[in-house]
Amino acid sequence: MVLPEHAKIIALLKDAGEIVGRKKLQKIVYIGKKMKLPLQEKYTFHVYGPYSEELTLRVEELCSLGFVTETKEKKAGYSQYRYKITKNGESFIEKFPLTWPREQASTIVHQLNGHSSKFLELVSTMLYFDELPKPEVKEKVFTLKKSQNYTEQDIQEAWEFIESLNHLS
Amino acid sequence: MVTGNRKLEEEKVFKDPVHRYIHVRDELIWDLIGTKEFQRLRRIRQLGTTFLTFHGAEHTRFNHSLGVYEIMRRIIDVFEGRPHWSDDERLLCLSAALLHDIGHGPFSHSFEKVFDTDHEWWTRKIIVSDTEVNHVLRRMGEDFPQKVADVIEKTYPNKLVVSLISSQIDADRMDYLQRDAFYTGVSYGHFDMERILRVMRPTEEQAVIKYTGMHAVEDYIMSRYQMYWQVYFHPVTRSAEVILSKILQRVKMLRLEGYSFKQFPHHFEGFFEDNLPLSEYLKLDESVVMFYFHCWTEEEDPILRDLCTRFMNRRLFKYVEFDQDFVMNDWMKLQELFLEVGIHPDYYLVIDSSSDLPYDFYRPGEEEERIPIHLLMPDRKLRELSRESDIVEAISGKKRTDHKLYYPAEWLDTPGHEREKQQIKDILQAHPGKREPGL
Repeated sequence: MVLPEHAKIIALLKDAGEIVGRKKLQKIVYIGKKMKLPLQEKYTFHVYGPYSEELTLRVEELCSLGFVTETKEKKAGYSQYRYKITKNGESFIEKFPLTWPREQASTIVHQLNGHSSKFLELVSTMLYFDELPKPEVKEKVFTLKKSQNYTEQDIQEAWEFIESLNHLS
Repeated sequence: MVTGNRKLEEEKVFKDPVHRYIHVRDELIWDLIGTKEFQRLRRIRQLGTTFLTFHGAEHTRFNHSLGVYEIMRRIIDVFEGRPHWSDDERLLCLSAALLHDIGHGPFSHSFEKVFDTDHEWWTRKIIVSDTEVNHVLRRMGEDFPQKVADVIEKTYPNKLVVSLISSQIDADRMDYLQRDAFYTGVSYGHFDMERILRVMRPTEEQAVIKYTGMHAVEDYIMSRYQMYWQVYFHPVTRSAEVILSKILQRVKMLRLEGYSFKQFPHHFEGFFEDNLPLSEYLKLDESVVMFYFHCWTEEEDPILRDLCTRFMNRRLFKYVEFDQDFVMNDWMKLQELFLEVGIHPDYYLVIDSSSDLPYDFYRPGEEEERIPIHLLMPDRKLRELSRESDIVEAISGKKRTDHKLYYPAEWLDTPGHEREKQQIKDILQAHPGKREPGL
């Protein structure tokens, strides 16, 4: 059945308050999933790291059902999207019998939402290759994310951040 | 062991209804086609349950994989000698095109949902593990299988190579649109691929299209749009897919509860234990799955028996539109009523959404994760397609989502619980199934 997966995204957005940027939303869901939040969206590797077409569509569906609002904002040279749940979204998850680890999810989502999408792109890319040894993960980042100019220090910060998230999950 | 690739003494050809001929000149490709893992794709339909809607849709992942290889071969012919293209990548591209779907299982979309598995994970596993495919690939060097897997997984450093197999205008999509149109018999899905290939140009980041080819690309985008609504998203196919998923869900549940099967699901055991060896995965194909479904039409469990009978005899669920009004006002009530009349809502009241599908529309960019299609303009600058094409712009902003509620309509007309059944019908009739024009 589909609705529980929609409800989890609403719950996640509720925990976050709002999420600014499609890329950020994608990465928060991916990292949340890696931290064992019960999310099911399927991810593959794309231009900015792990990406889920399923999540893109699910969010569009939530907007069309009136449970989430997407506000488009013009930024210098590009558009940015802001996501928030609506009153109907709130009353939907109040009624919906959802198994969702509220406390843990809220802590993780807040941690993630406090970082830039560029940093989350780095973290999610490193997690995507988490079966590889650390030096190979670094090599992957430098090869695949050349245009983002991540430094050794960024990578070290990301490892520490992943470590802190692992303690929460 | 023979290393490297040799040209075949004589070119081999496969007759193909979509591309006329598929040409094989490399021993590497010929031997990959002959592996047992690749031959297994003959027993897996490309479009899963679509054959229950369009009876011609019996084509397999084998046909499609050969088709993607052939398109890649033709793209490379156009790229040869051009800037940004290195002929060293030729066999890598051809192997990746041929093997990109090698990890697909029977009805893989439903299997993946119910058993939380992933055909892309199996694709990598087949390529890098001790398999016939891996042995053939290793003739090109110890790291060659890994490179092929990286291209398919989109983590290979050369983005141009990745874009040929996985972008918004790639060999995979160009084959499946035409092939699925041909075998379903619909008149959509056709576009001038020869023209697109002639105007495709390599750049450092991706393949782009010369401005003069814009109208051919418009046709391709339109056919993708039409095929989405007319074939891939057909409500009858979705009904069959819903029943298939529910069969798997029921089997999983019964196995967990220790139910005594007349026909025990031996081939599914690894899925239940989340520990399926590759050798067992490769034994699963559609004939095996259909054998079980056939046997389970005689099971004691009434739900499994009914769902399998429906699938085998095409007695599918009916549907209504599922919208916000429905979710907020009727959904919980409907579930209660189903329980009251003795119909298990977990299996017989099912919402299906567009996000459940492995197909999508063209996305023009704007903080998106997908690289849009770029046109190479006369001034050598790149422009995103929808900024130049009114047609593409018009359909890029169209509604792409849809939800339907599936249920066994005929059970609402059987004797017993007449009052509750009438209440159910009243709710459902307030949300009639709107079909997209032409469906």
